[in-house]
Amino acid sequence: MADMQKTRHREPLLHIAKRDDMAPWKAWLIRLTAILIAFLLIGLVSMALTGEGLGEIYSTMLRGVFGRLFQGKTSLLWTYLQRTAVLLCLGLAVTPAFKMKFWNCGAEGQALMGGLAAMMCMIHLGHLPYPLLLIVIVGASILVGAVWGIIPAIFKAYYNTNETLFTLMMNYIAIQIVSYYVYLVGQGSGVIQPVATGNLPTIGNSKQLLNILIVVALMIVMFIYLKYSKQGYEITVVGESQNTARYIGINVKKVILRTMLISGAVCGIAGMLLVSGIDHSVNADTIGGQGFTAIMVSWLGQFNPYIIAAMSALIVFLESGAGKVADTFFLNGSFAGVASGIVILFLVGCEFFIRYSVRIRRARKEETV
Amino acid sequence: MITSFISTSIPLGVPLLYGSVGEILTEKSGHLNLGIPGIMYVGAISGVIGAFLYENACGNDLARMNPWLTVLIPLLSCIVGSVLMGLVYSFLTVTLRANQNVTGLAITTFGIGLGNFFGGSLIKLVDSDMPSIILTKTSSLFRKSLPFADDLGWFGEIFLSHDFLTYLAIAIAVVASFVLTRTRVGLNLRAVGENPATADAAGINVTAYKYIATGIGSAVAGLGGLQYVMAYANGVWSNNAFGDRGWMAIALVIFALWKPNMALIGSFLFGALCNVNNYIQGLGTATQELFKMLPYVVTILVLVVISMRKKREHQPPAHLGLPYFREER
Repeated sequence: MADMQKTRHREPLLHIAKRDDMAPWKAWLIRLTAILIAFLLIGLVSMALTGEGLGEIYSTMLRGVFGRLFQGKTSLLWTYLQRTAVLLCLGLAVTPAFKMKFWNCGAEGQALMGGLAAMMCMIHLGHLPYPLLLIVIVGASILVGAVWGIIPAIFKAYYNTNETLFTLMMNYIAIQIVSYYVYLVGQGSGVIQPVATGNLPTIGNSKQLLNILIVVALMIVMFIYLKYSKQGYEITVVGESQNTARYIGINVKKVILRTMLISGAVCGIAGMLLVSGIDHSVNADTIGGQGFTAIMVSWLGQFNPYIIAAMSALIVFLESGAGKVADTFFLNGSFAGVASGIVILFLVGCEFFIRYSVRIRRARKEETV
Repeated sequence: MITSFISTSIPLGVPLLYGSVGEILTEKSGHLNLGIPGIMYVGAISGVIGAFLYENACGNDLARMNPWLTVLIPLLSCIVGSVLMGLVYSFLTVTLRANQNVTGLAITTFGIGLGNFFGGSLIKLVDSDMPSIILTKTSSLFRKSLPFADDLGWFGEIFLSHDFLTYLAIAIAVVASFVLTRTRVGLNLRAVGENPATADAAGINVTAYKYIATGIGSAVAGLGGLQYVMAYANGVWSNNAFGDRGWMAIALVIFALWKPNMALIGSFLFGALCNVNNYIQGLGTATQELFKMLPYVVTILVLVVISMRKKREHQPPAHLGLPYFREER
């Protein structure tokens, strides 16, 4: 009797159990709540720092993203969509690898190498006829991005080398190669002036539309590839269990190599968009940490390209909005990083309440006796 | 020249040593904390804020500053800041079982943002012409080295001329190595990282070990950020100056094969690798950039070699990166 009393006291207060499956609308309600709480927190922090009212803070955020949209000025909105597209492109790139449980933390480096390849073509092959030059640029950046992605994959497939750390290191090698090239071409100034040759064409009078359309097309292709193709199915199986994959006759090594080739290639496209389509120049900070943000975006989007698009839009919204708040009320620009960090941490945390149910255990009466 | 090469390489290695010993302690509990770069930023800025407030409270007058408080206040605020970040990480990954890679990266984004945000705000507050905060007075105490170091020639310059945080780093690495390999606590911690289910069955409190290892690991890593600002950078904080040292510290964990005493050797070797471009005659700025990738290349080589040789004592903790949920076994 005394023993039972003892064990009963040791029972934890909270009972945590895995849920089977939550209705999607309920799960989204939880995520939405998390986003709202995070936004409220950011608003309150900004309020404390600036002394402005909450309404003023949020309207400044909106102005940072949409600008004077209602007065017919759409330039800021286009920039917003383009930034979202670049982040989405990187998010799409890491998704097939993540679905396979291959933690590709090297999007930053793969995209940077793709961008470097585009830049080198633009500078050194600028004399080629324009259509040919474009083909060479796209081909080169895809190829170089893919090569940068497959190097860690080879070692993962054959020697089970830890891919998280390998891809992380590859980022910094890429950064050093780019800064080497920038010093070499910029004649020691450390800056490459924007190059006029080999820029992506513009549609109508919008510089951003083509970049955005390319990424939208990629998003749809990626969705179909992951959901309906045989290769997409193989990725899912390898991600769930390598032993199962082997048992049903999937060549796991081949899937790892092929998937990382795709992942690196799409990163290369993102780099090409940034260099040939947007900046027309390259430096070590061209990707600017978005390769890392893309990892979080892909995970938060549950590896579904459409949700990843929504998540990219949310994160870029926050960064532009918080940037505008910082700018308007004389805060430091890094406020944007703090804000997106808060939202991501809340979203990461709220997954727990979707996957597990928590019940508070009430003290049980004498029923066990 | 060799003397000066060695004695300038050592300070470059110290933040890496703090960062990697902190990360090793965390990884031994089975948690790959990619938030270390962010935590080191937070550690540095917390220390800077503490020192800044104390210097201002004393009217920026060195004579009125108590030397003990001048050192202890930044040290304590650095530890508090880093441990808080570590707690956020462990709450999310241990209690809420979130994905460790994603959480870690989010902590890094958040931490670097926080560091630069407070740094930038302080810079605005003092209205200085340069984009930095200068805490020379606090730094002068942090940089105090042994008084007789100069009289001992090359021996003094290499071994005795450094600030006390350098020696503290070495002491922490040695103690961590001893605790991990020679004590019951260390054995339990390694068990948690290798196989938490077995550890749990043996009556080890897995959650507590994970929380405490991550907390201590973060505190140690944060000190690396403080050492960088107060000793290496002469008390000058400028945004993003700390750079990617945090990632290099994570690289060093692999190089050290998850052993703190190996991290001791590795960090000074990495310091030398980062320094070598300054000591080779006639390098252009472009080629210098190529030399800066050396530490990363060496890390990849080590990573590949250990995975090829598959020696059991050289492998990462078996449960590294995986969440543990008792009911899921």
